[in-house]
Amino acid sequence: MRLTCPYCGPRDHQEFTYRGDATAARPALDNTSVDDHNAYVYDRSNPDGLHRELWNHTSGCRTHMIVERNTVTHDVVSCEPVGPFAEQLK
Amino acid sequence: MSAFRLNLRDGVGTNLSDKSISFSFDGKSYRGIEGDTLASALLANGLSIIGRSFKYHRPRGVFTAGSEEPNALVTLHSGGRTEPNIRATEVELFEGLVARSQNRRPSVNFDLMAVNQLAGKAFSAGFYYKTFMGPALRGHKATRFWWVCEQFIRRAAGLGRGTTIPDPDHYARMNAFCDILVVGSGAAGLAAARRVAASGVRVIVCEESARAGGALASSPDFIDGEPAREWSADQIAELSAMDNVSILTRTTVQGYFDDNTFFAIERVTDHLAHKDRTVPRQRAWNIRAKSAVIATGALERPMVFAGNDRPGIMLADSARRYAVEFGTAPGRAVAVFTNNDTGWLAARDLAKAGVIVTAIVDVRTDIEASIRVLGEECRATIHSGSAIRSVKGMRGVNGIVIATYNELTGELGADSKTIACDCVAVSGGWSPAFHLTSQQGGKPVWDTELQAFLPGDPLQKWHGAGAMAGEFGLAQAFRSGEEAALKALADTGVAMPKQAAKIGSGPDIDGDEIDYAPAPVFEINSGGKSFVDLQHDVTAEDVRLAHREGFVSVEHLKRYTTLGMATDQGKTSNVTGLAIMAAASNKPIADTGTTRFRPPYTPVAMGAIAGEKYGHLAAERLTPMHDIHVESGAGMYANGPWMRPETYNLPGETVEQAYIRETKAVRAGVGIVDVSTLGKIDVQGPDAAEFLNRVYTNGFAKLPVGKARYGLMLREDGFLFDDGTTWRFDEHRYLMTTTTAGAGRVMEHLEYYRDFVWPDLKVALASVSDEWAGVAVAGPKSRELLKVCVKKCDVSDKGLPFMGLVDGVIADIPVKIARLSFSGELAFEVYCGAHWGSALWHALMSAGRKLDVVPYGLEALSTLRIEKGHVAGPELNGRTTPHDLGLSGMVSSKKNFVGSVLLQRETFSKQDRLQLVAVKSLDGQRIRGGSHLVAGSKDEPGISQGHTTSTCFSPELGCYISLALLEGGYKRHGEKLFATNPVRDAHVAIEVLSHHMVDPEGGRMRG
Ligand SMILES: [Zn+2]
Repeated sequence: MRLTCPYCGPRDHQEFTYRGDATAARPALDNTSVDDHNAYVYDRSNPDGLHRELWNHTSGCRTHMIVERNTVTHDVVSCEPVGPFAEQLK
Repeated sequence: MSAFRLNLRDGVGTNLSDKSISFSFDGKSYRGIEGDTLASALLANGLSIIGRSFKYHRPRGVFTAGSEEPNALVTLHSGGRTEPNIRATEVELFEGLVARSQNRRPSVNFDLMAVNQLAGKAFSAGFYYKTFMGPALRGHKATRFWWVCEQFIRRAAGLGRGTTIPDPDHYARMNAFCDILVVGSGAAGLAAARRVAASGVRVIVCEESARAGGALASSPDFIDGEPAREWSADQIAELSAMDNVSILTRTTVQGYFDDNTFFAIERVTDHLAHKDRTVPRQRAWNIRAKSAVIATGALERPMVFAGNDRPGIMLADSARRYAVEFGTAPGRAVAVFTNNDTGWLAARDLAKAGVIVTAIVDVRTDIEASIRVLGEECRATIHSGSAIRSVKGMRGVNGIVIATYNELTGELGADSKTIACDCVAVSGGWSPAFHLTSQQGGKPVWDTELQAFLPGDPLQKWHGAGAMAGEFGLAQAFRSGEEAALKALADTGVAMPKQAAKIGSGPDIDGDEIDYAPAPVFEINSGGKSFVDLQHDVTAEDVRLAHREGFVSVEHLKRYTTLGMATDQGKTSNVTGLAIMAAASNKPIADTGTTRFRPPYTPVAMGAIAGEKYGHLAAERLTPMHDIHVESGAGMYANGPWMRPETYNLPGETVEQAYIRETKAVRAGVGIVDVSTLGKIDVQGPDAAEFLNRVYTNGFAKLPVGKARYGLMLREDGFLFDDGTTWRFDEHRYLMTTTTAGAGRVMEHLEYYRDFVWPDLKVALASVSDEWAGVAVAGPKSRELLKVCVKKCDVSDKGLPFMGLVDGVIADIPVKIARLSFSGELAFEVYCGAHWGSALWHALMSAGRKLDVVPYGLEALSTLRIEKGHVAGPELNGRTTPHDLGLSGMVSSKKNFVGSVLLQRETFSKQDRLQLVAVKSLDGQRIRGGSHLVAGSKDEPGISQGHTTSTCFSPELGCYISLALLEGGYKRHGEKLFATNPVRDAHVAIEVLSHHMVDPEGGRMRG
């Protein structure tokens, strides 16, 4: 599999680290609900088809990106940068 | 030479040179000829039994001439190079080759375990499941019964044995890019390669065998007036000379992955007698191709009949190849049994090479006159509409019994006729080798005309050509190769000139017109053991039994019978097995479906996958002071990727004596230790304080400039993640240190929060682990040492209080000095730019000379922190919380941070959780790490109540001690238990203590 890093271009997946389900959003800092945190840490939908994933180009520029990927065909639909410098990378 | 070596001449032994070679098999010396495979050389020497089968220990011989071989598995070489389960059909013979047969006791010709043949019923389909996964047996759970039996069964049913000696060879990983990859260099691959190469694109051609050309090497046909093999040699020479073409021979494409990535193994030195140690033994290639032409040919499949596994029975085209390519007669008298024209062609070529063909037995009655002529050419008796009822001979073939056969009903007549022969060349048709595209998820489609599965529609950029795509025969191979080439070129976006984009008529071919489509006959059912999967000893009856027991899906059939699950992955048995399954369930083969092939195509050496990530080529990380440690006589120790000094042994000292001496010297005077391996992260920005406050459990918002603080990090689930000190250099600048092992994952953790969770915080992170060298100076005389050498700053208690941080200069080196203690003694950490590391070390050593400073290693560092009760990796094991390690005081209740919410979970406050304690040995015995804490005796230890984590001999306490995690440990100080370690045969009486064993009030480090 290859991912297209917004900064470095298409690179082998071995250069990247999977950082988890990008649809799992951490509750706000002031949210102390155990249920909300439990859902963030443990609840995953494991979809059959399109999935949004967070990847980090750890062996490259270390940009985080949201990868939309088909879990059945492994087709990568998009790789969008996230983080404080996301706008500059787009 | 032997009776089996044919008279070598033009067209007989085309692969052989005239050089004689000696090799050994099962300790006996034999001779072969350069160009032989081990299999052809063994056959030429008259050896028919090469191994014993997996379950029944039946004698087995050479069955094929290629990588699909199920039977002739051998163990090659000796010592660290021992390699089991290697297909003798693929091994190129070289001078001095050592091979052994497998799965035989004591010898391949006389095997005690062959008694398993009589116990056939016991080993039928699903044997393992029925016997061991079933209900409880006399009070034992069935799985327990399995443990008892496993050792015997594993020994009885098995293949070769590997070695535990390290592999002395090295391997390389390669990455390659090309426009078009051509897999296979037979007629179709060659045609495709020629066409794409001419357009100038970058081409890689992978060929599994030693020479490019595939089936052209043994083809009886003439191309453009030349023998096919000579024509192909010229073509390959032309291709090799082109700058845009690389031809990799002895290279098996093993896997086809996403993004048109191919994985291939190139065997670089395996075939050489004298191996050049400067080149790797094998190379593992990752090849990325914009498009690919898959021209992997087809695998001949056998027919299933009673006794079809006897040595001397082999595939018809393989028998033909042994005669033509290797000048080896597969037998003295060969009978051919076939359901298609291939068998007839084999008979004719065998006879032409000088092999006696006694009979051709064909299940068909309707045979073309042009094919019958082939039989007449070899003067064999012809039995059409007939089939083999049984095979005579136990350890080989000495005849076959045939009967009339009704192709429509599948029934054998009552008649019988015996034909004397010692070899049966069998052809049951051809199965296209679409393993690679199947790996990709391509769904094979059954072709009733060809009686074969074809690869189906591409899911990626590949195009099939030749027999792989169902295009059998030379002319079709050339045409389909060119067609595939044009499609592949279109994928790469190369515009073809109109003229070039036409398919030519191809070269002029003069050869036999044969029809590769077989009659739809897969099995002759006459009772008696008929094998489908020769390597896993799966019979036709096993397949039917599985069906009767309700295993109707092919995936279930495969797992229940283990059909196609051996090291050959059922290359010669899959389709036959499916056909028998389909017949049993009265369904067409098309509806039965196939299983998906998985990489690798053939077995791969583990070393090739590990490549340079393992062994002497693996990357090592060295600290700036590495050379000094080595020069000082330190034993270096691999701590993850880092090489660290274990102890600085004095002459004659053991490791234990050395670390005890070093530990005592620190507690009594002063020692220095290299701490450069700690992870270091530069954290900057106006929101750096807020960021740190969110990722640490304790408060960081109010850490003053010029101070350091110890911090704990949790994961979101509330478990401890890492620890370390963070130093505030400036209003907006911090240096975070992490554990050595945690450096990478802490960086990723912080980046995750910075980028994904709180991108609004203005904070920048940079890994600076390699930018700084660090030395810890520890012991009651550490301040005295610094006073000797430090300039431009005050290191007195007032100038540099506990957890304070100052800038200074040592021997002209700018340094940062923090007063931190891991040992529990008065101590400092001195950091400088990495390139100053060794100068700093020397400066500190010479400043401490009068104080008898000692360098200390990882062992003493660890001993000091264990005595002090400081936690490290073994305690931060991913299953402990701050509450479990006596660190509740570090958890702020005034703020929210990563992990704060889930740390509140009820289960984390249970009093019976494993809690940090220390234990000390009461009987003088050493305590092993990972020992279980139990109340009982060595023989009846009882239930584990916890385990030891970090152990050492404590000079301070004068006995062996360990940190440990013990159920409800905080309230059990003073209790007496045992630390038991059955693996190491140890059972040590211990007493539970508080983990604060040295200076619990902390007076020393604050003093
Ligand atoms: Zn990048």
